[in-house]
Amino acid sequence: MGKNDKFLMIILLCLMSLILVVSPALADASAESVADGPAWWFWPLVLLIVTFIMGILAVLGGVGGGVLFVPIISGFFPFHLDFVRGTGLLVALSGALAAGPGLLKMNLASLRLAIPVALIASTCAIAGAMIGLALPTNIVQISLGATILGICALMLTAKKSEIPDVPKADRLSSALRICGVYQEASTGEIIDWKIHRTPLGLVMFVFIGVMAGMFGLGAGWANVPVLNLLMGAPLKISVATSKFLLSITDTSAAWIYLNKGCVIPMMVVPSLVGIMLGSFVGVRLLKIAKPAFIRWMVIGILAFAGIKALHKGIFG
Amino acid sequence: MEDKSIPFLEATPEQVLYAKILEWGMYIGLVILFITFTIYAFGIMDPYIPLNKISRYWTMNVHDYLEHAKIQEGWAWVGMLKYGDFINFLGIAILAGVTILCYAAIVPTLLKSKDTVFAILAILEVIVLTVAASGMLGAGGH
Repeated sequence: MGKNDKFLMIILLCLMSLILVVSPALADASAESVADGPAWWFWPLVLLIVTFIMGILAVLGGVGGGVLFVPIISGFFPFHLDFVRGTGLLVALSGALAAGPGLLKMNLASLRLAIPVALIASTCAIAGAMIGLALPTNIVQISLGATILGICALMLTAKKSEIPDVPKADRLSSALRICGVYQEASTGEIIDWKIHRTPLGLVMFVFIGVMAGMFGLGAGWANVPVLNLLMGAPLKISVATSKFLLSITDTSAAWIYLNKGCVIPMMVVPSLVGIMLGSFVGVRLLKIAKPAFIRWMVIGILAFAGIKALHKGIFG
Repeated sequence: MEDKSIPFLEATPEQVLYAKILEWGMYIGLVILFITFTIYAFGIMDPYIPLNKISRYWTMNVHDYLEHAKIQEGWAWVGMLKYGDFINFLGIAILAGVTILCYAAIVPTLLKSKDTVFAILAILEVIVLTVAASGMLGAGGH
């Protein structure tokens, strides 16, 4: 994305948020508000502010927006989980769409690595979405809580390997010619990469796809460890390919939620604007923030949201 | 075929093509979403669900929401584009649909470079995403 594109995007997003903030004031002042709750614009406005903060934390904490969105919004906002999941998928999808073209052009996201993986993940995301919409809400809420706590454990324990040692590419990845080269910007070093354990990695994407569709979480938290630690792709390639991969996995699940009616524009647009604006600010704050502290904070927030989801699922 | 096995620093032609379409689709989708949301939020077109009643619906599960609001599943929103809230689905559908277009566009490039396996995988992905988008796949309600 060029400088002009970024500038255009920032202006566009600022305008969108301005509209949301200003439009209630311009709306018919005599419009009756719901007798038993705040005015209609209250929750979308809070959503905009919370997702803006979420966007900043997501960048600084190194997690996707979707994984923060679903547990926090379903735990602390009045929206039903069905709409939160639909919106969460669109939030994760938009983030991936915004990042994808640049990552592909820079050759950090690998289309060759993504295509076979995405086919499995997107097919299973459809199944996940259908399962998630068929199950009772409390069961999904309990499963979501357990998954979020599992993600916290993963974030606490999973190691990362900048350039994993892959002595020999496996047969499948060799046959599919999944390999590449990239230049490490910090050192100028040319890194020639290949992957191994491809069949096992592909099996893992069955579960990742199902979970992404079922909970509307996005799946970067699972994609990166599988691509990096299991399959041996370099960390930068794994992170970039994972981000791009979300644009495919979440597309299939998003269509299921969209077709089932789980999309309310008054929830989707403020969330998209908030999280994208927050991401822009987060990227700029990266220079001065303390990522380690923020990461601990994100894990803490996620753990709290996970417990809240469990509580909501068990006790209603 | 031979040179395809040598990895290069630059992205492959199909990867660049995919990126360009994805970028355009993303911008078009976001701009349309911005315009339609402005129309919706400022009341330029009447919404199907009045703004002051919307908070009654988002607390319901999707089954009850559709039943109470008398909204059909699937692509029924296309027939409701005269309403301010439903025109927002145009931008959302573009954002959710651009990946299908990207995959369809790279198939000829892959076939041209005799990358048959990846061409087949790309075609399969188009089928999977199109089936998901078609609304053919039902899911049980709560």
